[in-house]
Amino acid sequence: MSTSTVIGTLDDESLPPERTRRQRRRAAHNVEPSSHHRGPVWTALGYVGMVLVVLLVAVPLFWILITSFKDRGDIYVRPAQWWPSPATSDNYHELTTRIPFFDYVRNSVIITSATAVAKIVLGVLSAYALSLLRFPGRSVVFLVVIAALMVPNQITVISNYALVAQLGWRNTFQGIIIPLAGVAFGTFLMRNQFLSLPGEIIEAARLDGAGPMKLLWRVVMPMSWPTLVAFSLITVVNEWNEYLWPYLMSDDETTATLPVGLTFLQNNDGVTNWGPVMAGTILAMLPILVLFLFLQRQMIKGLTAGAVKS
Amino acid sequence: MATVYFDEATRKFSKDDAPAVDGITLDIADGEFLVLVGPSGCGKSTTLRMLAGLEPVDGGRILVDGHDQKGVRPRDRDIAMVFQSYALYPNMTAAQNMAFALDNAKVSKSETRQRVAEAAKILELEQLLDRKPGQMSGGQRQRVAMGRAIVRNPKVFCMDEPLSNLDAKLRVSTRSQIAGLQRRLGITTVYVTHDQVEAMTMGHRVAVLRDGKLQQVDTPEALYDRPVNTFVASFIGSPAITLVESSVRDGRAEVHGVPVPLDRAVAGRAGEKVVVGLRPESWHVVGSPEGKGGSAALALNVELVESLGSESFVYGRPAGAGDDAGRVTVRLDKRTHLTVGDVVHVEPNHGEVHVFDASSGERIEA
Repeated sequence: MSTSTVIGTLDDESLPPERTRRQRRRAAHNVEPSSHHRGPVWTALGYVGMVLVVLLVAVPLFWILITSFKDRGDIYVRPAQWWPSPATSDNYHELTTRIPFFDYVRNSVIITSATAVAKIVLGVLSAYALSLLRFPGRSVVFLVVIAALMVPNQITVISNYALVAQLGWRNTFQGIIIPLAGVAFGTFLMRNQFLSLPGEIIEAARLDGAGPMKLLWRVVMPMSWPTLVAFSLITVVNEWNEYLWPYLMSDDETTATLPVGLTFLQNNDGVTNWGPVMAGTILAMLPILVLFLFLQRQMIKGLTAGAVKS
Repeated sequence: MATVYFDEATRKFSKDDAPAVDGITLDIADGEFLVLVGPSGCGKSTTLRMLAGLEPVDGGRILVDGHDQKGVRPRDRDIAMVFQSYALYPNMTAAQNMAFALDNAKVSKSETRQRVAEAAKILELEQLLDRKPGQMSGGQRQRVAMGRAIVRNPKVFCMDEPLSNLDAKLRVSTRSQIAGLQRRLGITTVYVTHDQVEAMTMGHRVAVLRDGKLQQVDTPEALYDRPVNTFVASFIGSPAITLVESSVRDGRAEVHGVPVPLDRAVAGRAGEKVVVGLRPESWHVVGSPEGKGGSAALALNVELVESLGSESFVYGRPAGAGDDAGRVTVRLDKRTHLTVGDVVHVEPNHGEVHVFDASSGERIEA
């Protein structure tokens, strides 16, 4: 570049006025109200339907919550008590003292984060290879991945168990984590996301001298955050709630996760004492709830705006 | 800066289909602005993408500076491309978009900053450097895409219809800006367009493609004055040339019954049938049915008048000819006013007659 003079002037183009997030949201929601107008009966029915669905989801959750604050004797009374009286935190105390609750939390955190990280990294990398890199046998590999998605977990459990037990990996973290780290779903989801990106941007980056990893981190991933966040959230929730495999692998608090720990609690008593179990369920839900509230904003952000002119 | 040479370059998308690009041979000089033009699907974008390395070359070679580009990855070719969609990185600001390639090439931070600043100054982007593509108008994005190409100071610019997403007025100003920029930087440029006005006004030379085959490559003037076949003749020029199939007798072609004298050498080579091409401005209006020199003039029933202010175009069907006879287009200056339904007598200008072989469509040259 040897010149620095301005050559020619462009006509002044007017820029679309910048709008705040709130203005945009309001504009998006501000569809002609009259076109939506229906009779009051239909509106009422609509609300009734919504209330029913909310009740269907909320009542069991509410029941878990109040039960966790009830005295042991109040749990089974008829008619059902819809408010704990007297409210007590004994269940929470019992939960944390009678079983090594915090060991289970620690195990859950270790196993969930390790498995989620492995799944996300493997999912992104394999999806990237299967969508944007060219190599022989690419479609065959993808077919195998899709086929893996069709096989239910429970079928592979027996052979996995035999293998892991043979390796002497029962009651170890690697015994739980490694068999869970396969990622057909993530590969499928992220591959479709990568394929939906405008091809010209990928080509532009290649012409701009970006190598494969730079292309992934600087160009492809920034346009794929919403999908990645959704995928990560689903993965974390799944791993956190994973029951069958950790249950088969762990006998005690050295590796058992929270859901497994709660069954230990249930089995200890002979007769199930639901109060501490419900308290444990509530505490097990909290981290996921917080994570979801934190990440949901990211999921709905559109990040490709302005990349290509449609 | 570099020379580019297409040596019988061919691209086949599948074995059974006709090649998308069929044995194109093109020699592009260092610093030249070459425009590839043709109707949609003619292979012009594919040709460009082969040069950039985004499409493989299935036959023949492409040389840049004398080096065969076979097996050279796009990122190693030092070719910058401006896409029709601009293809800006949405997560980066204008400055980051422009700096991306330099960053990849491990250019120092200070030099990168300087080159981006220079490009921004040339393209009047200084105020927009911190904006992301989503906050820019179409014209501004187009300039960022240009900036991203020019900061690299590459061997070759490839431009794939970079103006087709701009509105008409902006397109005209940007057209001259890009042409001026190319002259100033002196970087070899291959520019793809379907717009013949862009082709005629921007390039040093224009290559016309049809169905993957190169028809003609020449300066815009030569393309207009001496088209090698009826396709080039009808593709270049707006409104289009009038092509009339006519028989040759005694060194004259009969155009709708009106004898048009041909060059003697041309008449000698022509068979019994030729296609005569006459551009809209190659006619003049005569006052009476009797043309100059006693020959008859062509009477046209005016069917459509397009007035552009400074001139107007009249589309008419020869009187007495059937409906299957093609329309004749005649350019008139602003002093002559005609309306639909009028009859006008016209005569071809001497020496402005294009003659093509009736069967092959090839130009018959003296």
